[in-house]
Amino acid sequence: MAEVTILSHDAVQHGMPAAGHAAPGEYEAPLFGAYSKKVGMWLFLASDSLTFGALLFAFSYNRIYTTPWPTPFHVASITNATIMTACLLSSSLTMVLGVFAAQRGDRAWTRNWLLATMVFGTAFIVLHGMEWTKLIAEGLTLPGFPKPATAVAGELADVSKAAPQFPATFFGLTAMHMLHVTIGVIYLGVVALRKLFLPILAALWLAGWLLIPTDNVFHYGIHALLIALIVAAVIIFLKPKDYDAHDVEVSGLYWHFVDLVWMFIFPLVYLMSTKIS
Amino acid sequence: MHDVAATHDSSKGQYFWVWGALLILTAVEVVLAYKQVFEAVRMLEILMILSVIKSALIIGYFMHLKFETALMRWMITLSVVACFIIMYFFFFPDAGRITTLGVK
Repeated sequence: MAEVTILSHDAVQHGMPAAGHAAPGEYEAPLFGAYSKKVGMWLFLASDSLTFGALLFAFSYNRIYTTPWPTPFHVASITNATIMTACLLSSSLTMVLGVFAAQRGDRAWTRNWLLATMVFGTAFIVLHGMEWTKLIAEGLTLPGFPKPATAVAGELADVSKAAPQFPATFFGLTAMHMLHVTIGVIYLGVVALRKLFLPILAALWLAGWLLIPTDNVFHYGIHALLIALIVAAVIIFLKPKDYDAHDVEVSGLYWHFVDLVWMFIFPLVYLMSTKIS
Repeated sequence: MHDVAATHDSSKGQYFWVWGALLILTAVEVVLAYKQVFEAVRMLEILMILSVIKSALIIGYFMHLKFETALMRWMITLSVVACFIIMYFFFFPDAGRITTLGVK
């Protein structure tokens, strides 16, 4: 590999072996000996890790200088977050199996494993959304959030007043992660189902918008799906293609990254704010 | 060109072991948080060590970085870690200073 310095376009874009010397229209070899899409995704993930790093540092910074720091997470919240963690870890396993199926050329199992990964990811989002709704209903909120229909008074309402840094950092950090998981599920849906995924996504957006009550923050958050639908449609119609094993592997890198980030959010945000009763 | 499929598809079992290890480490974290056998700072240190181990397993095996070229492994790892170290030295001394001064 080291002695080959010039590769064909296919070698650069799709990892195909070079066949001979330089010729017109050929490209320089990629830096890391990996195909360019993979290197591009790694560089994006490196930059995205700094985004999450900054948010985690902001959370920790606020925690250090805010005394006393609230510890509002009872057994129910920790149990919920633990199940969410198990969902993400299991989704990473199904993603790896999907990548292997794609590399074997087994299209049916590639789709099945990607759909399994999406199911775990969707379970994570739904559980997280239910937990957010419960916390907001109990009074943990931000100024921009819609007010729950029922009056709120209690421990978490006091937390929002006494230490607004807690809801600000909690919702900021977990919202950013939830958005990444949502984008990941949509990314996998496009790779697995291509155009067929667009009506599914449209149906999910419409159902969510109509069924989620207006006093719930997700009544507005669900519009992220509409934006994703437009972006996915533009991508699919402008560059229709049959996604290959390399596309599946690159989407897997993104998916594992959202799992990786949660491995830091879970202990820092939840386990270090556990309420022992 | 490096080909993950050719070299690692035959050892799929290791990914199930990694998945099991990640679940067990998560269970250990939850138990430690509930038993509260350590005081807060020590607990934070232990949870962060466990998180780094878990992230190394995810990056190394699930993301296949372990099987990439040495140049790619080191370039990505060192650059990201260096950025985190710089962020650490910028942020935390200031947070501690605020605590010491009693500024709210």
